[in-house]
Amino acid sequence: MSQSYNRGLIEDFGRWKEFSAGMWAWIFHKFTGWMLIGYLFTHIAVLSSAVTGPEAYTNTIQGLESLFIIRVLEVGLLAVAVFHILNGLRLLMVDLGVGLDAQDKSFYASLVLTAIITIASVPTFMDGVTI
Amino acid sequence: MSTQQQKPETQESPDDSEMNGTESPQQERLEKKERSMVDERSADESDLEGDTVHIKVFRYDPEVADKQEPRFDDFHVPFKKGMTVLDAVMYARDTYDSSLTFRHSCRQAVCGSDAFFVNGKQRLGCKTQISELQQPVRIEPLPHQEVVKDLVVDMDHFYDQMHAVEPYFKDEDTPDASDLEEQRQSRENREKVKMSTRCIWCASCMSSCNIAAGDNEYLGPAAINKAYRFAMDDREGDEIKEHRLRILEQEHGVWRCQTQFSCTEVCPKDIPLTEHIQELKREAVKKNLKFW
Repeated sequence: MSQSYNRGLIEDFGRWKEFSAGMWAWIFHKFTGWMLIGYLFTHIAVLSSAVTGPEAYTNTIQGLESLFIIRVLEVGLLAVAVFHILNGLRLLMVDLGVGLDAQDKSFYASLVLTAIITIASVPTFMDGVTI
Repeated sequence: MSTQQQKPETQESPDDSEMNGTESPQQERLEKKERSMVDERSADESDLEGDTVHIKVFRYDPEVADKQEPRFDDFHVPFKKGMTVLDAVMYARDTYDSSLTFRHSCRQAVCGSDAFFVNGKQRLGCKTQISELQQPVRIEPLPHQEVVKDLVVDMDHFYDQMHAVEPYFKDEDTPDASDLEEQRQSRENREKVKMSTRCIWCASCMSSCNIAAGDNEYLGPAAINKAYRFAMDDREGDEIKEHRLRILEQEHGVWRCQTQFSCTEVCPKDIPLTEHIQELKREAVKKNLKFW
């Protein structure tokens, strides 16, 4: 009893292959949450270009929107936001104690819905940009 | 799980022998069982037919020089129908290596001492059929608890958390024995706490919870479930219920739960732990909400 062996971090993310639906939902929710916070700061940075004047703002937006990578990131942002919203609704149901038996199914449903909405948005986001 | 597998056999064996004289009933039964188990079966079916099971068991002992570095030992155990993980490790201990150490007692999922980490999931050794697992079967001590030796983990912290919620019936309001010989509980109330009374203190849930792993002060699913069992019991007075909720609504109480459902998934007694924790969260909110 004097000594004992602690298996450290390998007990957590080293086992990602063994995670269950609820665990993945939690990880994705955290991840998308941090992504959205990160986006908020860049959003404020872009918006604050309006302080210098309308032209500066228009130039910034047009410059950014002409870049292919920004369009791709916008699709990613939509995916992240949609998943966070849908999983947030799922968590709301969990908090209210509704449908706890179907929590894994609702997670898969929110993943599928996110995928559909994201794919459907691609033509809109990619409109009029050259690589 | 074992009872489920036995069922078709006992029900159908008389029919089989009477109706099909030519085909051996044993064969038929085997086929039937094979069909029903096909999806649960391991990828390596021949291993089972060839009647040995390959288990890999975690070994570690700080007091023995060549076991100080943790390793896995391989055992090939003869397979018997209905064999559980616990049976397999017991066979390995009795036949191959008497130093193999693990806790076990009742072998019928009541004592809660033989929770292991089997193929990446917390399971009760005595309740897990070997035939349902993919081989080789990896048997490790519970994660997030310190390993004392081989499959034995230090349970002190888990027991501390269990005791922290005062897991016993409090009878401050009990009338005199002369007035009342028994304390009755309504059927509805019994149904409400039924699942939560089934906890066997095996610590599977605590071990699966990665919030509990990162926050040593978190009460953990088992302790909260224990508190639920008493807080929801109508026979306890309002004051005691409030006292229980005060313990639970602290920073490291129910609010640490982030509804990953890991505990609910591994619980060998199928207690809806997350549901109970969520209900206590709502109770805690209700208790503190004031609209005036």
